[in-house]
Amino acid sequence: MAGYILNRLVSAIPVLLGISIIVFLIMAMIPGDPATAILGSYATPENVEKLNRDLGLDKPLVQRYFIWLGNMLQGDFGRSFSLNRPVLHEVLERFNGTLILAGTSFAICSILGIAAGTVSAARQYGLADKAITFAVLLGISIPSFFLGMMMILIFAVNLRWFPVSGMWPIYGARDLSSLISHLTLPAMVLATVATGVIARLSRSAMLEVLRQDFIRTARAKGVRERSVIWRHALRAAMVSIIPVLGVQAGFVLSGAVYVEIVFQWPGVGRMLVDAILKRDILLVQGGVVFVAACYVMFNLAVDVAQSLLDPRIKT
Amino acid sequence: MSFFGLLARNRLALAGLVVMLAIVVLALVTPLLPLADPDVTNTADRFKRPFEENVILGTDHLGRDLLSRLLWGGRLSLAVGFASALIAATIGSAIGIVAGFYGGRTDNIIMRGVDMLMAFPYILLALAIVAALGPGLINALIAVAAVNIPFFARNIRGVTVSIAHREFVDAARLSGMGDARIILTEVLPNVIPVIVIAMSTTVGWMILETAGLSFLGLGSQPPQADLGSMLGEARSALITNPHTSIVPGAMILVIVMSINLLGDGVRDALDPRLRSGALSRPMPNTLVRRKEPVPETKNSALLALSGLKTQFHSNGRIHKAVGGVDLRVRSGECVGVIGESGSGKSVTALSVMGLVASPPGVITAGAANFAGQELIGATYETLRRLRGDRVAYIFQDPLTALHPLYTVGEQLVEAIRAHHLTPKVEARNHAIGLLKSVRIPNAEERFDGYPHEMSGGMRQRIGIAMALANDPELIIADEPTTSLDVTVQAQILSLLSDLRRERGLAIIFITHDFGVVAQLCDRVAVMYAGRIVEEGPTHAILNSPAHPYTARLMACVPELGRGRRELAAIPGQPPVLDRLPEGCAFAERCHKAMEACRAGDISISATAGQRAVRCIDPKFRATDAVR
Repeated sequence: MAGYILNRLVSAIPVLLGISIIVFLIMAMIPGDPATAILGSYATPENVEKLNRDLGLDKPLVQRYFIWLGNMLQGDFGRSFSLNRPVLHEVLERFNGTLILAGTSFAICSILGIAAGTVSAARQYGLADKAITFAVLLGISIPSFFLGMMMILIFAVNLRWFPVSGMWPIYGARDLSSLISHLTLPAMVLATVATGVIARLSRSAMLEVLRQDFIRTARAKGVRERSVIWRHALRAAMVSIIPVLGVQAGFVLSGAVYVEIVFQWPGVGRMLVDAILKRDILLVQGGVVFVAACYVMFNLAVDVAQSLLDPRIKT
Repeated sequence: MSFFGLLARNRLALAGLVVMLAIVVLALVTPLLPLADPDVTNTADRFKRPFEENVILGTDHLGRDLLSRLLWGGRLSLAVGFASALIAATIGSAIGIVAGFYGGRTDNIIMRGVDMLMAFPYILLALAIVAALGPGLINALIAVAAVNIPFFARNIRGVTVSIAHREFVDAARLSGMGDARIILTEVLPNVIPVIVIAMSTTVGWMILETAGLSFLGLGSQPPQADLGSMLGEARSALITNPHTSIVPGAMILVIVMSINLLGDGVRDALDPRLRSGALSRPMPNTLVRRKEPVPETKNSALLALSGLKTQFHSNGRIHKAVGGVDLRVRSGECVGVIGESGSGKSVTALSVMGLVASPPGVITAGAANFAGQELIGATYETLRRLRGDRVAYIFQDPLTALHPLYTVGEQLVEAIRAHHLTPKVEARNHAIGLLKSVRIPNAEERFDGYPHEMSGGMRQRIGIAMALANDPELIIADEPTTSLDVTVQAQILSLLSDLRRERGLAIIFITHDFGVVAQLCDRVAVMYAGRIVEEGPTHAILNSPAHPYTARLMACVPELGRGRRELAAIPGQPPVLDRLPEGCAFAERCHKAMEACRAGDISISATAGQRAVRCIDPKFRATDAVR
């Protein structure tokens, strides 16, 4: 097992390098001169040239990439000029918020999606199946930013069940219960689309499995139908559901952008949008690489989970 | 059925199509409609409610007419969404086709790059691209198209790989066609359905994504507005004037939902696997719909089937798999049921305990009495209590019949505990005992092994152990040796034969192999086209088959040590089960067939010595039939 994990870790290295190259190349496409962007259009040519030299922008592209990569590996993601603080500090602080939001959403969509898909498949063409299929269609068709706004309107403004926005109350204790009440609406909204997608795929994975011979064997053994569905069929279906969970984790992680904006949630997504609008390139670069790297590591964990679940995978 | 026929039959997809068409038409005619200018501000008329002073949908925070902005914005959103879908599909498919067609290193390098892009969280990559290009609608379009390219590339590559080595491509190559021409004339037409499916399922996404970027202020810039930026601008007035948010938001929802409905319909209509309706799951019990009166069974035997009819209903056709079977099995007796594939022998066996997959299976007539208990039409719980406890099954392919992800021990213990409240330790010991009784070496170690770690013969022993778990009175073995090597077959047969003697088991043995029948069975029933055509003691039937079909079937079996003998395949094909002929189903292939064979039902009639045969002229010897 340890060998398998190590193996997967090593194979993640080229992916991480590839990600850093892609991000670097995208950022290198930027037209215009970052130094001018930082100093403003009234900067003297001497100052621009000096800043370019300080930032290392006068060097060739390949050299600049390796300098950037080397710095990043030492934990130096550069300095955000709009916030005037190290990029890594800002990203880490903001990532905390995103992690709480996206993590909760991911838990919600995994459990709810798999359960809904399983029920739907077990009751194919029945009332529950039709209701779930319709809800799923609605869920994957509604823009999360619109859903979020409607949730605020209904549950925060009119019913006053939850706070309108933010992660913590402005006044008052920062305890778990206040976090939960702030978290509920955004986490649900963020989970909606992914729940729909997971429910859909779980349903078809279950239908696929329920037709297999070993399900007939379980029934021929006299195993109770509940156990046939939730133990035999779901266990086998999980093999094809888990990779989908990995993909959906990416959607939840990056879809958090919209939810963070709508609910004023202090997270990486909102930080990135602000940074893009202010053209704070180093902050964008650092944020994107950091989140993408986290996502790669998460998918690695998914692979390991998969190998634990399926004894046929050689570890 | 044609593609459009299938699409039209799917009512939801049709509804999606209608709504979608309406929206597209509306978007096309927007410039012709007598609408207010969407960009003219009038701060005196801010935030008018819908239907207030002749403005149908009200006005926004700058007093602009919402209906007009909605239509113009919808037009823009649709155009941008479709454009990015088209770009992504074109570039992505081109990459996929090139990778799949050329294979080798080209494929490797391209797919590495694609995988790299797919390692990014989707929206994050779009954000990075917009960050580089700067905010703007065209840039948002490029970003959304770009992040969807890998998806198309990967899907299309997969299909292309499967096509690139097919005969017609090889033929084109041999005829001297250039690569470009082969791709355009041979590969592309076969890939297009997949591209259409991929597009129809992603257009909705792309509209959502472009709207999303506009919502964040990174897409369309004021005063130009698509639906996303309308929502973004309305957000600050969400609480005071929610209608300015609801109008564009609901429009996005309607557009995306209709596209998704349509996309699902297109996918279902184009995907041949879904087309046949194959993807429906079997219910816990076979459906029973008996219109004819249920026959009375006075059962002195262990199991008595009378008049059993099982059909498969699919796509408006009815396949009569089992067309009225009577069969009796006494305690401790082994009855062989023999026939070609498709003769209905397995379906008969599965019908007994309601294990025929349903849909499409339906039991339409007959009764099955097991030890005084009626099985056909019994409640699920009644059947479940009998299954595996008093009536157990052994299936044909032990690899697919065992759960791949549980150890054989877990599966055995489960079989025991499904019927008896045995403590786990005791159940474990019992299971190990079972493994030993089916002669599995190192039973304790094998207990924790998985099915895929074992050989075919070993797996079938596990299947037999599982059937024995609760000491059943009857075992129904559905071709248990068919998928095994000949030497292993012999071992399994002698094992079954021994177990039967030790435990006094009754067995129904389904097979197509006369050799197996001769070795194991007391009596044998021969099935053809869903009915029993001959039945009687094994030795009697083997010595002198009375039905021409039995004789023909036996003549197909080569025998060792009998010198050179002509092997006679039966001429013709078995009848199609949804169009069975009148009279004897074998008449078409029978060399003795006469007028009377094709006129009306032929009943099964008893002859001397416990034998019964469904033929109007049964009396002759086997040797006659072969000649």
